[in-house]
Amino acid sequence: MLYREAGQFKTSYQADSQIFPILQDRVAMLALLVVAIVVVPLVASPYALSAILIPFLIFSLAALGLNILTGYAGQLSLGTAAFMAVGAFASYNFVARIPGIPVLVAFVLGGLSAAAVGIAFGLPSLRIRGFYLAASTLATQFFVIWCLTKIPYLTNYSASGVITAQKIVILGYQFDTPDRKYLLVLGVVAVMALLAKNMVRSNVGRSWMAVRDMDVAAEVIGFRLMRTKLLAFAVSSFYCGVAGALYAFAYLGTVEPEAYNLDLSFRILFMIIIGGVGSILGSFLGAAFIVLLPVLLNILAHSLSLPNSVASNLELMVFGALIIFFLIVEPHGLARLWQIGKEKLRLWPFPH
Amino acid sequence: MQMNEPDAHFGADIGRRVIGDVILDLKNISLSFGGVKALTDISFDVRKHEIRAIIGPNGAGKSSMLNVINGVYRPQQGEIVFHGQHRRNMDCHSAAKAGIARTFQNIALFKGMTVLDNIMTGRNLEMKSNFLMQALYWGPARREEIAHRVKAEEIIDFLEIQAIRKTPVGRLPYGLQKRVELGRALAAEPEILLLDEPMAGMNVEEKQDMCRFILDVNDQFGTTIVLIEHDMGVVMDISDRVVVLDYGRKIGDGTPDEVRGNQDVINAYLGVAHA
Amino acid sequence: MNINFFFEVLIGGLLSGVMYALVAIGFVLIYKASGVFNFAQGAMVFFAALTCVGIMDKFGVSLWVAIPLTIVVMILLGIAIEKVVLRPLVNQPEITLFMATIGLAFFIEGLAQLMWGNQVHRLELPIEDVPSEYLMENFNLLVSQFDIMAAAVCGILVTSLALLFSKTKVGRALRAVADDHQAALAVGIPLQRIWAVLWAVAGVVALVAGLLWGARNGVQFALTFVALKALPVLILGGFTSMPGAIVGGLIIGASEKLAEVYIGPMVGGGIEGWFPYVLALMFLLVRPEGLFGEKIIRRI
Repeated sequence: MLYREAGQFKTSYQADSQIFPILQDRVAMLALLVVAIVVVPLVASPYALSAILIPFLIFSLAALGLNILTGYAGQLSLGTAAFMAVGAFASYNFVARIPGIPVLVAFVLGGLSAAAVGIAFGLPSLRIRGFYLAASTLATQFFVIWCLTKIPYLTNYSASGVITAQKIVILGYQFDTPDRKYLLVLGVVAVMALLAKNMVRSNVGRSWMAVRDMDVAAEVIGFRLMRTKLLAFAVSSFYCGVAGALYAFAYLGTVEPEAYNLDLSFRILFMIIIGGVGSILGSFLGAAFIVLLPVLLNILAHSLSLPNSVASNLELMVFGALIIFFLIVEPHGLARLWQIGKEKLRLWPFPH
Repeated sequence: MQMNEPDAHFGADIGRRVIGDVILDLKNISLSFGGVKALTDISFDVRKHEIRAIIGPNGAGKSSMLNVINGVYRPQQGEIVFHGQHRRNMDCHSAAKAGIARTFQNIALFKGMTVLDNIMTGRNLEMKSNFLMQALYWGPARREEIAHRVKAEEIIDFLEIQAIRKTPVGRLPYGLQKRVELGRALAAEPEILLLDEPMAGMNVEEKQDMCRFILDVNDQFGTTIVLIEHDMGVVMDISDRVVVLDYGRKIGDGTPDEVRGNQDVINAYLGVAHA
Repeated sequence: MNINFFFEVLIGGLLSGVMYALVAIGFVLIYKASGVFNFAQGAMVFFAALTCVGIMDKFGVSLWVAIPLTIVVMILLGIAIEKVVLRPLVNQPEITLFMATIGLAFFIEGLAQLMWGNQVHRLELPIEDVPSEYLMENFNLLVSQFDIMAAAVCGILVTSLALLFSKTKVGRALRAVADDHQAALAVGIPLQRIWAVLWAVAGVVALVAGLLWGARNGVQFALTFVALKALPVLILGGFTSMPGAIVGGLIIGASEKLAEVYIGPMVGGGIEGWFPYVLALMFLLVRPEGLFGEKIIRRI
């Protein structure tokens, strides 16, 4: 009843190709943005901001990056965390070595550095496919982290190998409290999500999906495989790089190369599997799920007075079980469940 | 040779077009995979605006021939002359840019995308804006996207698939998928259209529809068509000239009537033992 | 540069390669027979070793009693995996099954530690990790008895599995299943039972690998990472060949040790972490299907 599209017909192709063609969706999105920008900083506790919302946004960005590469372009990657690390350490170095550089510029440069590494390690995808490619992305993951650990220049000659991300100051305004960091991260993620959505519904996105679905046919139609695949690696790594930089600057504060380990790569892969492979919304839903799940399990464990080790093992088991569950029940993840929900809502209160 | 389905008369209105000069000339093409010779010394030409059929028993090398024309396979020997330009072989991208489009025997649609998106992929060679402009979806990128959408919709109207334009292609029945694949090939506004068994697995009505579309494409857009087909009724009715392959060799070349009477062709189809 | 030293490093590398091969064989077994790349093999190695040690510790029984009990557990685990994970995912694309095994890996790791605790367990096998006196006296080579036994076990295992596949009815059924699930079902092969058998056998292979690795390094969570090392082994050897797994294991083991010893000091050490992967990557660029793998032909 509320979600009727009756009367909303499009009279131009431009109107038909909007991101939110249905009025109710536009209203909902606007309301969500208002809540996120205005209400949340007023209402949420510093803990909720720092421990839940900020990591949720940062991981959503990383999941977006991985989704572009694996979900849209079909190149399975287990090296996400390595690209995040490149972004983080590159941004840190740019800020440390170029005095007065604006922090946002440093983030962009960090992302570009990650993109460069992404292109280099994406070259094998021109010859290798499927889980052979996944195995070779492991090479990326381990090699990059090794480099960051062993090459002192990259950590600015820090004795312990740990870097402390600098304070974020934009135009004299300090971003050092949780709510300010939250707004900054929200802004960055919202903009980049919009750019991603635009890319994905344009020719670029179609080229990626074509290569994913049937690359020989894609070539026959005229898509250039090399360009398409490498662009996917570049864009994806850029997103992961910026996410990595935010991870260091706006979340952890001090960070070592090991923080970007294989475990993190797997976590982000889980986010896109559960959230929905090949879906922008799915990246957010998956990130929310994976960020909230340990929190919920912790609360559950405490209420049942279980020891910490049991809780962490349970977390592993629940993760694993959920992955399998989603792959069996809804391989397209939470995003598809959301779509199904919306379709049911259109018909409500009628059953079909 | 016995014609089946004498009632279903497919090619009622041909004869009004003007068939032009040779635009594609294949000379002495030989192709082998490892030890298997798929094509041996094949030569034939294709004239502008005509409908050229390639027929032959299964395994004769027909699909391989199409693959050579649009660059999926590189022949070991021979030459391809396209618009006067001599080449040793084609590569996929040049073939696409030069105006050669095709459909495949086993449908090669992008199953994860909708009908509209699949057809839009056919427009990709015309898209000029780079990914950054597309990310902003502003100005030139947006105008270009809308302009190509207009073109894609023309094809959707032409093929009468408006109702399913937003359906993911994987959910469509086989016959409609074949039609969408034709749409994707047409979206490139090709000069030569290669159709690999476009009517395989269709019933009589679907075949009639597909025939109508093929003839309309040839008639309205002037597209030259090279067609592999097993249904003899279709082939004999709508094609201007026919090439017959058997075991990778050419055993017949000419108008449908000439080929029909060729003893070698009859033997190949009836399965007379080869010497 | 001592030539003896080189040989010791080489042999040490080859023998650690044998250990990798043991894990890789589990992968090949499952992939060859069901087309599934079982990322959970490492977790199974960990689970098997931990269960064995756990049984020994908790019930005070000897190794020779614990092993059969663990085999029973692994068989049950195999049956459970088939029922809960594989059956619902019949004929899904390979990548879906692969991701399901990643989930399975996490699940098994959590379960193992939940059942038997998080601490490191010691495992003592009858063979000691001491240099072989025979080789020491006759060739002046420092090679551990343990490694030699591991190599022997590996050889026996591979031979028996190879015979299983080529000579028996079950083996033939397994090969059919690997090719095409639905076709196998269509000719009446009892898919579920075959898979249960398969995963049980893989579980036993995991147990063997787990015991040997556990005796060497202690039974701890790090054991699961051995599975990751098996990936370069499989890339080199091809995913469908058991002799390939051995050859791949030998190459990876040897090159890893040699690189660490000879190149490592020049760049600060720690090369072992990524060298095998980069080696495999280089290899893939030249031969995308591995040394012994089958060439993938795609028809258009």
